[in-house]
Amino acid sequence: MERYVIAILVDNQSGILTRVASMFNRRGFNIDTLTVAETEDHRYSRITISLTGDEAIARQIIKQLKKLYNVKEVKVMESQQSVNRELALIKVRNTPETRQDVMTAVEIFRCKIVDFSTNTLCIEITGETAKIEAFIKVVEPYDILEMCRTGVVAIERGCSFLNSETTL
Amino acid sequence: MILTGADIVVETLIEQGTETVFGYPGGQVINLYDALYTRSDRIRHVLTAHEQGAAHAADGYARASGKVGVVIATSGPGATNLVTGIATAYLDSIPLVAITGNVPNSLIGRDSFQEVDITGVTLPITKHNFLVKSVDKLADTIREAFRIAKSGRPGPVLVDIPKDVQIAKCDYEPAPIVEKKPLKKAKEDKLQAAAAMIAAAERPYIYFGGGAVSADVSAELVALANKIDAPIGCTMMGLSAVPVNDPRYLGMEGMHGHYASSVSQDEADLIIAVGARFSDRATGNVSKYARRAQIIHIDGDAAEISKNIGVELGIACDIKDCLTRLLGIVEEKTHPEWAARIAQLKAEEAAQFERVTATDRITPYALIHEVAAHTQPDTPIVTDVGQHQMWVAQFYPFQSPRTFISSGGLGTMGFGLGAAIGAAKATGKRTVLFTGDGSFGMNLNELATASTENAPVTVIIMNNKVLGMVRQWQTLFFQKHYSNTDLHDRKTDFVALANAFGIPGYRVTALEDLKAAVDKTFAEQGPVVLEVAIDPDEFVLPMLPPGGSIEEIITERGDQ
Repeated sequence: MERYVIAILVDNQSGILTRVASMFNRRGFNIDTLTVAETEDHRYSRITISLTGDEAIARQIIKQLKKLYNVKEVKVMESQQSVNRELALIKVRNTPETRQDVMTAVEIFRCKIVDFSTNTLCIEITGETAKIEAFIKVVEPYDILEMCRTGVVAIERGCSFLNSETTL
Repeated sequence: MILTGADIVVETLIEQGTETVFGYPGGQVINLYDALYTRSDRIRHVLTAHEQGAAHAADGYARASGKVGVVIATSGPGATNLVTGIATAYLDSIPLVAITGNVPNSLIGRDSFQEVDITGVTLPITKHNFLVKSVDKLADTIREAFRIAKSGRPGPVLVDIPKDVQIAKCDYEPAPIVEKKPLKKAKEDKLQAAAAMIAAAERPYIYFGGGAVSADVSAELVALANKIDAPIGCTMMGLSAVPVNDPRYLGMEGMHGHYASSVSQDEADLIIAVGARFSDRATGNVSKYARRAQIIHIDGDAAEISKNIGVELGIACDIKDCLTRLLGIVEEKTHPEWAARIAQLKAEEAAQFERVTATDRITPYALIHEVAAHTQPDTPIVTDVGQHQMWVAQFYPFQSPRTFISSGGLGTMGFGLGAAIGAAKATGKRTVLFTGDGSFGMNLNELATASTENAPVTVIIMNNKVLGMVRQWQTLFFQKHYSNTDLHDRKTDFVALANAFGIPGYRVTALEDLKAAVDKTFAEQGPVVLEVAIDPDEFVLPMLPPGGSIEEIITERGDQ
């Protein structure tokens, strides 16, 4: 089982996300994370899906995605040839005894404290999934009260573009 | 010209070559029906008894003609009644455009009377669907629906049109019939690889499915078989594409396939699959399926390659172009040993077959044989779903493509009568429906449609007073626990039922009366019903148990 990050360029219309998600549901494919937002070209949105599966499943998913009417492009974001990022907001319990330890971890992982109250600290972390998971492990003993993650976004390095019509 | 949305819908249907639509009026399509009324000289509407029947009729129309079938229904229950029909067409890749009315835009999302999110409901059972929110998009959306329905791997498309869009006006200009989006041509290196695999094979087997019917490659399949000395088998959806009397043809393989076809597929060292999708009914246990064979899979849909069965060579392409070019480059071959083995399997099959014929009762074979003596090579043969369907698939001597019309993928009981009416409308020919008492009971209300239209539909009901296919499984795998499969207490008089709809009905129970009864039935010009008594313990054989492999094939009843 491997992790695949798939970038999908779709028409920027209502209901398209449902069509993509419905295909995953109907075919029994699991999604680990999903993000969607408008792109540089307002006609299109970009969906990034990460999933765990074998190569046959990944190939089948790509073919099924390509059959969807509103899907313009589908590409696997290979980890070597692309930049992968995720953002997480983590709310940790703030006590005088633990505050310094948490702040040290924040510094080492190059995260930011974005909110502070007498009882809570909110940390913003950006990076590859592995980094975020490592950080979560570190702060877990200090009591994570709430957490939200964006899921992966990915972009290819250099002069490769998801939209095949894009040129330099 | 400036037209209302409703007028634009009907003008666009006509413009796209639609001659007949099937449907049922209702509150949110009144405007559409008014537009049909004023154009009744240019487009024919067939009113069915139920929207499901209309969907199956449009499907049958498409299967028999190769054209896009069109069905119209109102919002809410009208639209949801189409669902089984749309799913049936989706699973068998049949081009269908379903048009539904919906509540006005201003009422959408308020749980208004007869409002349902039909694009949401049909999302997983359509190739695509549209909710048309403004009248200026209407004509192009319907054209796009036709293009999607017939391009690539065909399938159903639904267009949902709120009532205010039907009332609003805008400019309409007629456009030509939309062209299919062309499929990619097979790459030369893939064809060369296929030719090399064929050259190396000693026991090749050609296996085709419904994709071969829609790609219209009957002649190419036979030519390839002759050139490389290979037998031809097919899935149920492929039936009728190759005439049964072709010496290469072994018939349907799979769960209830012909013995020689299934066994030779298992023994083959190369399977050339054309427009088939390796469904579980065709393969049985996938880990044991075609263990000795390499597989070349030629299909119009790239997603079918290695979906159910891993293949050595997949070619996603225009099937007709691919086979034509492949024919040009394959070497001529003979395989005397393989041919002898096939001949031996055919002889074994013939011996089994003698055991399933009987002289003391009307067997399904005797009935089908008698009916076939009354039909033409191009007579559309429609079935419902169950034992009768398998018997027709096994025994009917199909001669020309698109004459076998049956719900394969979804296995929809109740499909038959609507589909038969659609096929009769599409071809103008007498159409035969083989059905069972179970399936027929599901949508027999469409006798009203057959009667109204005086459609030349000959309904042959194999009445065994049981749900025979489920009962067969109960006999074989559930210790004869006949749970809810006995219909003896229904007391339905099918002759009286036909008469109640204004249709002549006949009944035959004894073998010696069979010919006379079929004669009488086929003497009728309009719709007619013939009820035929069949023994409830008649089996469909051979049978590969579900998920089983060829070693587990059941060729005769063990319990008698």
